[in-house]
Amino acid sequence: MRKKDSAILILKDGKTFYGFGLGQSGETIGEVCFNTGMSGYQEILTDPSYCRQIVTMTSPHIGNTGINPEDNESSRVQVAGFVIKEETSVPSNWRSTQSLDGYLKEQNIVGIQGVDTRALTRHIRDKGAMNGIISTLDFNLDRLKQKLSKALDMTGLDLAKEVTTQEHYAWSSLQASEQNNPHKVAAIDFGIKTNILRLLENHGCDVTVFPANITADEILNFNPDGVFLSNGPGDPAAVTYAIETVQSLLGKKPIFGICLGHQILALALGAKTFKLKFGHRGINHPVKNIDSGKVEITSQNHGFAVDLDSLPKNVIPTHLNLNDNTNAGIRCNELNAFSVQYHPESSPGPHDSQYLFNRFIEMMKP
Amino acid sequence: MPKRTDIKSILIIGAGPIVIGQACEFDYSGTQATQALKEEGYRVILVNSNPATIMTDPELADATYIEPIIPEYVEAIIQKEKPDAILPTVGGQTALNLTMALHKLGILEKYNVQLIGAQVDAIDKAEDRERFKEAMDAIGIDTAQGGFVHSWKEAESQLHFMNFPIIIRPSFTMGGTGGSVAYNFDEFQELIENGLNASPITEVLMEESLLGWKEFELEVIRDTADNAIIICSIENIDPMGVHTGDSVTVAPAMTLTDKEYQKMRNWAILCLRTIGVETGGSNVQFAVNPKDGRMIVIEMNPRVSRSSALASKATGFPIAKIAAKLAVGYTLDELSNDITGKTLAAFEPTIDYIVTKVPRFDFEKFPSASGHLGVQMQSVGEVMSIGRTFRESLQKAFRSLEVGLDGLEPKPPAEGDPDLNRARSLDMSTLRYATSFRLLKVRQAFLEGQSIESVHKITGIDPWFLYQIKSLAEMRNDLDLLELKRNGFSDKQIGRYWGKSETQIRALRQKEKVFPSYKVVDTCAAEFEAETPYCYSTYDEENEIEPLIGKKVIILGGGPNRIGQGIEFDYCCVQAVFGLRDQGYKTIMVNCNPETVSTDFDLVDRLYFEPVTFEDVLNIVEFEKPDGVLVQFGGQTPLKIAQALSDAGVPIIGTSPENIDLAEDREKFGTILDKLKVVCPQYGTGRTLDEVVIVAEKIGFPVLARPSYVLGGRAMEIVYAKEQLIDYISRNADVTEGHPILIDEFLEDAFEFDVDALCDGESVHIGAVMQHIEEAGIHSGDSACVLPPYRITTEAMSEIIRITKALALELNVIGLINLQFAYKDGQVYVLEVNPRASRTVPFVSKATNVPLARIASQLATGSKLADMNLKPWDDINHVAVKEAVLPFNKFPEESIFLSPEMKSTGEVMGISNSLGESFRRASISAGNMIPNEGTVFLSVNNSDKLDVIPIARDLHEIGFNLVATSGTARELRQNGLQVDSIFKVGEGRPNIVDGIKNGEIDLVINTPMGAQARYDEESIGRTCIQKGIVAITTLSGAEAAVRAIRRAHLKIEVKSIQEYHF
Repeated sequence: MRKKDSAILILKDGKTFYGFGLGQSGETIGEVCFNTGMSGYQEILTDPSYCRQIVTMTSPHIGNTGINPEDNESSRVQVAGFVIKEETSVPSNWRSTQSLDGYLKEQNIVGIQGVDTRALTRHIRDKGAMNGIISTLDFNLDRLKQKLSKALDMTGLDLAKEVTTQEHYAWSSLQASEQNNPHKVAAIDFGIKTNILRLLENHGCDVTVFPANITADEILNFNPDGVFLSNGPGDPAAVTYAIETVQSLLGKKPIFGICLGHQILALALGAKTFKLKFGHRGINHPVKNIDSGKVEITSQNHGFAVDLDSLPKNVIPTHLNLNDNTNAGIRCNELNAFSVQYHPESSPGPHDSQYLFNRFIEMMKP
Repeated sequence: MPKRTDIKSILIIGAGPIVIGQACEFDYSGTQATQALKEEGYRVILVNSNPATIMTDPELADATYIEPIIPEYVEAIIQKEKPDAILPTVGGQTALNLTMALHKLGILEKYNVQLIGAQVDAIDKAEDRERFKEAMDAIGIDTAQGGFVHSWKEAESQLHFMNFPIIIRPSFTMGGTGGSVAYNFDEFQELIENGLNASPITEVLMEESLLGWKEFELEVIRDTADNAIIICSIENIDPMGVHTGDSVTVAPAMTLTDKEYQKMRNWAILCLRTIGVETGGSNVQFAVNPKDGRMIVIEMNPRVSRSSALASKATGFPIAKIAAKLAVGYTLDELSNDITGKTLAAFEPTIDYIVTKVPRFDFEKFPSASGHLGVQMQSVGEVMSIGRTFRESLQKAFRSLEVGLDGLEPKPPAEGDPDLNRARSLDMSTLRYATSFRLLKVRQAFLEGQSIESVHKITGIDPWFLYQIKSLAEMRNDLDLLELKRNGFSDKQIGRYWGKSETQIRALRQKEKVFPSYKVVDTCAAEFEAETPYCYSTYDEENEIEPLIGKKVIILGGGPNRIGQGIEFDYCCVQAVFGLRDQGYKTIMVNCNPETVSTDFDLVDRLYFEPVTFEDVLNIVEFEKPDGVLVQFGGQTPLKIAQALSDAGVPIIGTSPENIDLAEDREKFGTILDKLKVVCPQYGTGRTLDEVVIVAEKIGFPVLARPSYVLGGRAMEIVYAKEQLIDYISRNADVTEGHPILIDEFLEDAFEFDVDALCDGESVHIGAVMQHIEEAGIHSGDSACVLPPYRITTEAMSEIIRITKALALELNVIGLINLQFAYKDGQVYVLEVNPRASRTVPFVSKATNVPLARIASQLATGSKLADMNLKPWDDINHVAVKEAVLPFNKFPEESIFLSPEMKSTGEVMGISNSLGESFRRASISAGNMIPNEGTVFLSVNNSDKLDVIPIARDLHEIGFNLVATSGTARELRQNGLQVDSIFKVGEGRPNIVDGIKNGEIDLVINTPMGAQARYDEESIGRTCIQKGIVAITTLSGAEAAVRAIRRAHLKIEVKSIQEYHF
């Protein structure tokens, strides 16, 4: 340990990194994964899909533009911990209202900086995503490892229930109500990102957000023009109640799913999902739109994926991840449902795929 | 879509000579494009006038034309080669301009050649300011308000759309004071009127003030299927107002949120679509107002650029190569990402390190330049560095520059070195102006206690960068060795803080096990395993590479381009790689110049993108343990550290550093010359004014004077008399204080020769003997030279060859040697001996088709000339002329007379079967459009009065009208020539300058007449540059020009280099 070291990160396989504290001091456990985006740390921190994950940023300087009130993807920081090479104490951006470190402290998030994040990333790439613990209090390796051994693995975990809304609510529909015949959308919240709601609204939707455990009957009683299945954390196969809900809705309402919503739709259609070795997290992933042949640069954040070989006959793969040829989108014409594994709402990330929102709107048109 | 099969042959247009603003980045892009298209089976035809390029290597393209890049010659090439298509996007602005000219002349249509990569309309839309602005307006992309106006009325109506302050820039005012700012209507009225008067075309650009705005660039690639990706974002540390080529820039962008970055990305892609760049790379520049985030597009380049070369090196994504493949129809998802080998080119690189580019300036070569940076590019080269933090990257970049800095801090107090003393005192009053080393002043400001806010206010530099620099400034008190190394401090810097030597700090590092770790550039931030050979050092925890296995040689590159050391040395380094590869060696390159082919990660088995300093190179050597290190190809850069490396036990192969340096030691070298019975000009040394004068008088005027330690001919002058010598010493007092002045006999009117040769220690192969057109006394880099010589006796030739062989063997040269000779009154003198690769090596290799540098690298590893069966150098039936390209148009206040101090930035070659024709082509390529007819102005000094007569007569007979100042006119008249007289400046009006301005003069022949006529001559020179009139300043140059003019009306015949040689 170097004299300035004041924080430690230990992975489940024993690999240890030293650094110094970022944000709140304390201890935190989560699945250690890495994100390769060079922009968008604020959006990443507040994305509910990162629930129970310790996120490593591969970009070395993080916090340069501080934190602003507009770029949050939910009302709080969602990551379990944050690992970076270096924070700045002088953020610079005309919208910035506080520093990253200050924000993490305020939100009680434990982080570590000064880590060789490239070495950590290479380790995860080779060994797979695994649990880890950050501590700024206890540096006893045995004790930390023991605490870590008690932590649950991501596979089999339903985390949607931890981040979903407790009560349904109407997303501010000021804009939508001014439009003629807004589309009435029921969005099931498995950890929904704010920008999805904004984009639905911008596309002329009147959105009501429902908890993850909403039943199909409740949705049908609400009688929306379409159902949106949101992104979210955890193992999709563990969200059995939502899979059932979607099964009952299929064919009755147009359905559009993103990320976890995509996986839940696939499971409801009879496909299988599996855990990726270290997932896809970044904003530079090429996805081929199989219909058009065009490549979209996409924002991705998922640790599980839909097994291409398990797709039933009536489900067409529509998008392909060009990095590893995993499935990135499906469509079921007869049941009026489609979904993508990646994030057309971006935030952070490129805007290449926003056309998918139009497709949903088209589906909802009478 | 697979590649196009309807086209079979493609003409690639190169960028021509290295000039300020267009350097070897276009050799890199052109070489990549040529290789990429050849790989796809196309017949590649290439035109480039620059012989120092890798792309013109005869093995690269199918047919290589070293010809002027102007419509007449390119039409002849098209007519002969009948290419199906032209790729105009990899040869910089030169290629785009030529393409537009070919289009306007109907040549493309006439020969039915199509453009690939960019179409005429797209080029026009991107280049034409008005059309570009209109196109952007139509799609809702914001641009700077303003436009060109030609009258007060236009200006007034333009004002309705704008807010104060307004920048007012008169067009085409060479050396004008630049933009002025109007803050109110009164000022506006005055400045517009002044501006319109000042502009020779009565045009003024009125533009919204973007002072203090942040500047960014995105590199975009688009394919035929409309897939578009961003390769790299670049942020300029200097705010708007400084040419991006002169700015310190950083990749990726550091101070944008994702929201802003994505908006920029959307606009960049939309911009390409709207302009209609169908395939290939473009760069889009943005300005962002730091106060409210307002973003505007400044401009876009529908071609690969300096920035795209930087972006390729910064990310590992080879933009030019991919662009060439897209131009023939591939889409991004059909091409693989060579670095990972597993993923596709259809993605956006993400990087986990910080790249910093710092430009290199050579202002000391141009004393008239103010040193203030502005919208016109003035830097002559650049370095790039990679670090895990911005601070590490910035410090590495500063020590890569080779200007005596060891990091981001001013030069150390050197013992008695006055030149360094001068540079060390930072003029803090100029902090507000963008200057070449402003970041040093920023650091100083923090040491003096200024706050980030105040420095931000003064400089407009973003507080984030300022904070980083402030941290560096404060860190010098840090005592943690590892922490300092992580922040990029060099051993020298740390040694200075701790009162220790560089070696002691190195030993301390070894003791404390503080070693650099090497990390890999992989385009994907380690997400995928990469088989890449592209590495950089840092002091982060994990080292991720192993030393290469097998026989291996490290080649040290040439660092940043500068005047005197440019692309020629990169050519040599790349050839050395080829040579060693052929012999089964693994090759390792160490270099820090992002523009070059040598830093193409495709080239070598391993590339270390690192400063070429003792510390950084020794680290690599200790890690790799190579079989040899080659220092003779990268110019001065590796030579400066060769001895130290050798002393540290590094296995330098080829000529030993001791022998390379021997020629610099006058005493030892004098002994060798005596022993070999070689004559050199008399020389002597003086430490005081009196001593110098005595030495000079003993040798006899004219003499060549120079301070003892200055390289590259700096401050070197020909001195004709005692008074001038005294003046010289007083002018250079601060340079010479405590240092001796060297005095050499100056051989006036001697012919000068250059020889490049190879030696293996046992035998010598003459690469070529070249004769300069300009007489001795003009730096060899600035004079035109002819291969084979055009005026030499058999005796002199044998003597030159005898001396070359004797010296090469005596110095035990293993590899290349370059010698310079003078010949006067039957005597051959040795002027200079450099046992290393020279500037002329690529020219000789192209002219004789013997790859000298490649062979030299093989000699260094033990091969013998006897086994190589090399063709004799003079077994050629053509004449090749090399002409220098001078940057006077960028420094309009500078004297245009050539001197012993090198000022050229690049070179071109003309090749044909006659001297006149080759000189003609070389002149055209160098931008000297020698007129075929019209009026010639003659003004020569007394010693030239007799010799100018036949030249004047020739010109008269060709049909030129002669005009001369009274003295010259009298001489010519009494020799039976009709001459009109014209006033000198100051004799009355209209004078010669008026004549040039009024377009009455088409050619100027003006040899320098010494100090009293300087004002006249300089104003003539300036006016010529402004009006694009060729001004010839030597009689030998004038003679060659006459030969060239005689060839004017002949049909243009072109022959490829391959045809000349095979």
